[in-house]
Amino acid sequence: MSSPAAAARAPINPSKVPMFVRHPLFRPLAALAILLLIDLLMVPGFFHLEIKDGHLYGSLIDIANRAAPLVLAALGMTLVIATRGIDISVGATVAISGTVAAMLIGGTMVMQDGVPEYVANTPMVWALCAAMGAALLCGAWNGLLVAGLGLQPIVATLILMVAGRGLAQLLTDGQIVTVYYKPFFFIGSGYLFGLPFSIYIVAAVFVVTALLMRKTALGLFIQSVGINPVAARLAGLKTAVLIFFVYVFCGACAGVAGLMITSNIKSADANNAGLLLELDAILAVTLGGTSLAGGKFSLAGSVIGALIIQTLTYTIYSLGLPPEVNMVVKSVVVFLVCVSQSAEFKNMWRRAFPARAKGDAS
Amino acid sequence: MSARSPYFTSLVTVALLAVLLGAGGFAYPGFLSEQVLFNLLIDNAFLLVIAVGMSFVIISGGIDLSVGSVLALTTMISAWLLQTWHWPPLAVIVVALALGAGFGAAMGALIHYFKLQPFIVTLAGMFLARGLCYLISINSITIEDPMFVAVSQAQLPLFGGFISPGALIALITLAVAVYVAHCTPFGRAIYAVGGNEQSALMMGLRVGRTKVLIYAFSGFCAALGGVLFSFYMLSGYGLHAQGTELDAIAAVVIGGTLLSGGYGYVAGALSGVLVLGAIQTLIAFDGTLSSWWTKIVIGGLLFVFCVVQRLMAIGAAKKAAI
Repeated sequence: MSSPAAAARAPINPSKVPMFVRHPLFRPLAALAILLLIDLLMVPGFFHLEIKDGHLYGSLIDIANRAAPLVLAALGMTLVIATRGIDISVGATVAISGTVAAMLIGGTMVMQDGVPEYVANTPMVWALCAAMGAALLCGAWNGLLVAGLGLQPIVATLILMVAGRGLAQLLTDGQIVTVYYKPFFFIGSGYLFGLPFSIYIVAAVFVVTALLMRKTALGLFIQSVGINPVAARLAGLKTAVLIFFVYVFCGACAGVAGLMITSNIKSADANNAGLLLELDAILAVTLGGTSLAGGKFSLAGSVIGALIIQTLTYTIYSLGLPPEVNMVVKSVVVFLVCVSQSAEFKNMWRRAFPARAKGDAS
Repeated sequence: MSARSPYFTSLVTVALLAVLLGAGGFAYPGFLSEQVLFNLLIDNAFLLVIAVGMSFVIISGGIDLSVGSVLALTTMISAWLLQTWHWPPLAVIVVALALGAGFGAAMGALIHYFKLQPFIVTLAGMFLARGLCYLISINSITIEDPMFVAVSQAQLPLFGGFISPGALIALITLAVAVYVAHCTPFGRAIYAVGGNEQSALMMGLRVGRTKVLIYAFSGFCAALGGVLFSFYMLSGYGLHAQGTELDAIAAVVIGGTLLSGGYGYVAGALSGVLVLGAIQTLIAFDGTLSSWWTKIVIGGLLFVFCVVQRLMAIGAAKKAAI
């Protein structure tokens, strides 16, 4: 857990402290570090890792494992927000993809016999393809409304948010679909080389996305759409195609998150799977330092943001506070982060501490 | 042209309502009785009040996602003050309404003075209000106050049927809001801010004051909705009215208010809410359709109305270009 943090800090020369402080990832990393410090002091054995049955166990692994769906959703959301958009249908997409996978792998029939049957109704590969297909369709639908029709992103995705869970419930007839096929559980709760398999999925998605954004011009294009859509279009960018792509990507991320959640809880609950996940994802992106006004974005920041949220949840649970405190803390954090990011606040700060601001600006 | 487009969608909604009710009356005997229609109002009184507040916010070009949570928080605070502290019911209602308005005003101030997006501020407000509910109690609190019970059981006779005091309060709120929106300087300022905030500022309108007041009004409406909801349910619960903010937005959009701000009728909230209510009642009357069809149909309607609004805006822009 601490190794990515250390890796991010390593290239910065410690003699140039102001530069280190001004690094965009400094604030999210500092927030995560403070949370971990609280855990270190308050929760006994927090950093304790041990190997049981060849698997690595410990609070840090647990947090990383549980944060996996949120990290995925936050990665997709980052690109959407970078284009000045927003996708509030992530939770509904999670429900749809999870439901499709659970129904195809099955099965409700096995339940009635009373004999556990470990044969998938549909070959698992096809079921996963179908689930991802459904998620891509959801993303494409959002993309079509935003890029094709020019609807405001929040309204366009609101439609799927309202109807999506209804569609998922329609598929399952309002029932919770339980999965009995063991290989499917590997996605959400399996272990590979001693670490949870979900961490590998997240790492793969992160690396592929980061490479696409860094090594191709795609990242630059997305950023320019977010900074000024009209200028980007006049400069010859196919803005509509780019915007369509980010919504499809967000749908795909939500689809994988849905598979992970369904596989982890071994069932698909169309009503509650991924409930409020979109809000946590937006929160993670904001915490990671990506501005909601679009433009510059940070994938690594969003991953750290998601880890902050999960660590916060874990801390609140292990401190014995009622879990409901979580929502209040989250909302206060959003208020503080948004206000501190706003230009008005920076102006006020500059007026209040002119000397320090001068030093910062140099 | 553009001034007429919300007028047109409002008429479409009224026609849609008539068709829904007509189809219901045709398919199910007894559907078109007065009481079924009054029940539409009684069951959706809180939604109507919230949609009225939401209309103001949307006309001003913003959005308020916190209303459902503020409603839940109001039921929770009312129940808590009544049952644990034994406050007089009127004082409870006044405090609850003041808290709602204050909550909204605080969000409006953040939105205006820090130039934050309404969406993210009210989203945080939504989390905060829900979280505060659970801090009071995780469980549902039953309200046993005699006045609340009396109001919840009261029936006001009307045209051979009856409506609840809650429905009457909702209609009065609507009437006041229509008057404020169309006949006062404040109402005109709301439309001006929604049309173009920069222009409104240059015209010398007090944009900051207007925006804070709009969100305060929306918060007040959410709290009033909460009071009506506690009359209706006689309990306070943190899980009350989940997703109501979406229903309210859907009702406002279906009622013909443009989501881009600046155009719309507050009265459209009534037709929007009644359409949503009629769909729910029709699905309940049918008996074979499951509740999730409501979500799918509302999603579909929202889609159709958004697309129609968008196409009309594109058409108007083309006409203006010619």
